[in-house]
Amino acid sequence: MAGLIDIFAQGLEMLLVVGLAPLLVGWVRKVKAHVFRRRGPSLLQPYRDLLRLFSKDALLAENASWISRTAPYVVFAAVWVAAALIPTFAAGLVFHWAADLIAIVGLFGLARFALAVAGMDVGTSFGGIGSSREMLLASLAEPAMLMVVFTISLFAGSSQLASIVDFVLAGGIGIRPSLGLALVAVAIVAIAENARIPVDNPATHLELTMVHEAMVFEYSGRHLAMIEAAAAVKLLAWLSLIAAIFLPFGMAPGPHSGFGAMAVGLLAWLAKLAVLATLLGLFEASIAKMRVFRVPEFLGGAFALGVLATVLLFVSRGL
Amino acid sequence: MSELLACFEGLRAEPDHHPWPRFRVDRERWLALRQGLARDRFALLAEFGEPQEVHAILFDGESLALVVASLACPTGRFPSLAVDHLPAVRFERTLRDLVGLEPEGLFDLRPWLDHGKWPLSRPLASNPGAPEVAFDYAFLPVEGEGLHQIPVGPIHAGIIEPGHFRFTASGETVVRLEERLGWVHKGIEKRLVGLDLESACRIVGRVSGDSTVAFAWAFARAAEAIAGVVPPARAVWLRALMLELERIANHFGDIGAICNDAAFTLIHAHCGILRERVLRAAHEVFGHRLMMDRVVPGGVAVDLDPGGIARLHRLVDELAPAFDKVVSAYDNTPSLLDRTAETGRVSPSLVRRFAAGGHVGRAAGRPFDSRAHLATEPYDDLGFRPVVREAGDVDARVWIRIEEVRESLRLVREILAKLPAGPVRVELPVRAGCGLGVAEAFRGEVLVWLRLDEAGRVRRCYPRDPSWLQWPLLEAAIEGNIVADFPLCNKSFNCSYSGHDL
Repeated sequence: MAGLIDIFAQGLEMLLVVGLAPLLVGWVRKVKAHVFRRRGPSLLQPYRDLLRLFSKDALLAENASWISRTAPYVVFAAVWVAAALIPTFAAGLVFHWAADLIAIVGLFGLARFALAVAGMDVGTSFGGIGSSREMLLASLAEPAMLMVVFTISLFAGSSQLASIVDFVLAGGIGIRPSLGLALVAVAIVAIAENARIPVDNPATHLELTMVHEAMVFEYSGRHLAMIEAAAAVKLLAWLSLIAAIFLPFGMAPGPHSGFGAMAVGLLAWLAKLAVLATLLGLFEASIAKMRVFRVPEFLGGAFALGVLATVLLFVSRGL
Repeated sequence: MSELLACFEGLRAEPDHHPWPRFRVDRERWLALRQGLARDRFALLAEFGEPQEVHAILFDGESLALVVASLACPTGRFPSLAVDHLPAVRFERTLRDLVGLEPEGLFDLRPWLDHGKWPLSRPLASNPGAPEVAFDYAFLPVEGEGLHQIPVGPIHAGIIEPGHFRFTASGETVVRLEERLGWVHKGIEKRLVGLDLESACRIVGRVSGDSTVAFAWAFARAAEAIAGVVPPARAVWLRALMLELERIANHFGDIGAICNDAAFTLIHAHCGILRERVLRAAHEVFGHRLMMDRVVPGGVAVDLDPGGIARLHRLVDELAPAFDKVVSAYDNTPSLLDRTAETGRVSPSLVRRFAAGGHVGRAAGRPFDSRAHLATEPYDDLGFRPVVREAGDVDARVWIRIEEVRESLRLVREILAKLPAGPVRVELPVRAGCGLGVAEAFRGEVLVWLRLDEAGRVRRCYPRDPSWLQWPLLEAAIEGNIVADFPLCNKSFNCSYSGHDL
């Protein structure tokens, strides 16, 4: 019986993650439209876009290899699995014990690798530019993220997200400077990972300035739908990750904590997502996109903050 | 005497050319002009042809002398000016394409506007030829290790005009950009032949729709010069009013679009609102959002009533404070300034050599503005002063626009307050002759050269968009910048494709 509940809770989470991701994208767009004094498309527009793409034929370049055909599914699968590993409304679900934060970073890395290879598969110059820029960003974002992982796991004594959540929920961490630094670093990495302004512009039509969009230039139909869906899930996963580490309040402690706790956890999660997405929209509206070569400095800043957070932790503990 | 006029010493100006002089020169003087161009003593504003004659419009920025030099080419050949003066290259390639005149010594013989898709070749020659055979366009070779090419366009991802850009990049840094234009060639010059003034004015007003007032005014000026008629003062002031409204609307659009290319949508959104307000007011007052066909030879087609004056006063009063907010948003966003400052720099010497007008020239220290220097009516009564900056980068081009909007808002107020009374249109007598008209569009000076026959119909009309002298500088501006900054540079130039391709 316990096994069934476990599986049900985990299944519900995975479905919610996929089901709500387009809504989150729509929400960010709505916030930005509001700032620009526009009405903006409906919150449901991303769903309609996905539906439209799924019902269209997928065109592939003549010289596209199996890489182009499989990459969208690999990307989506990797991102979805990563999202399943992140506690959302309840901590300690089945999959949450399956892998730790480093694995999550790795899964995002796998998705990015698949996309970058696919960007170069057909051999167009835009795909190549996009892949090259993406790898430049990745090589800087990943170490920064790992430094944050170290900091957090030093606090919690584990790199398992579920343990970290438990630890934070139990009041193990007060307000600590290291945590603040880590939060800023994670935010920067999340912006870069999700191709948001100021690193990349998800709404651009300018071929020459694209990073993520340039890689997926050649895709259409269901392939593009998979990639867009993966991008939405990824955004949701990152916001959930930030929420899980830094704001785990209200989260149900496990699958057996009862219906009421689950419901509270769910509501808390939705509220946290809405707040974070609103902040993201406001931030994006208030800043211009960076020059491509300024991005390494930006991400370098995240890495430096990560290192600083770790060092500060050692110093404060008096090792 | 200026060095330009000295080249024509002892020659009589053609009596039928107004208001600036035209001289028929021989080969020797033509070559002397080439020498002067090579030494940057004066500038070439346009080079175009008729079946038997090639014309060069020359301008001396110091003495403000504007001259048309014509060289007869009975054999269909003339000495190329481009040999010593690079700005002439595209003009002469176009001359080959359209008129079939052969520039002797021209080193770049690739067709420019003719892509081999027209039903005939040399459409403006007295004997047009068979269509050009389709060919592979050879881009200039670039050699070096690790260089790669990025072809962009002619179809772009946004809703913009078509043009092909061939980048050669080393990593992210642009080593060379080569433009290929001509995709929107519509055969305007050919179409204009044989038309009466009114129809021709309508077409010239559509050469580049965003500059319709400027084009129509330049055409009207040329036609009025031929007829020897001075348009009524009220008409001239109303034209200036429309021209400034057009400038304000377009500059709003440009400022917003530049910021949007740096993904700073906030300013784009607000500029869109401001531009829309101008267009709506223009629609209410003049009956057309872009004010097309409101400027006609002999005057203007609509008068302004007191209600209209009040409406425009209200518009300006609304715009000024709202625009100040946009400007302070631009000036107080370091992330945006970081993108625009130092990006896409054009050197003052290049700008001078190419005689680039408008925001491209004035952002790089070339103070020329035809409102102050060539076609000064009614601006000399308004205390107009051109805006000049020195930096020559994207930021400077944005600031030129910002300050021009402010100056134009002031001009509109001034015009509304001082608008003279009287008729707004006079009939033009039918007369043969040639005329040259100038008007300052938001991009720079528009020239229209016009030849009318005895029946008052167009024998040859050459509208020159300011973009002709700005497009080549875009190639220079992007050099050494990164590929991702091209959209920003391109928008800060905002050259017209349609006005260039004709």
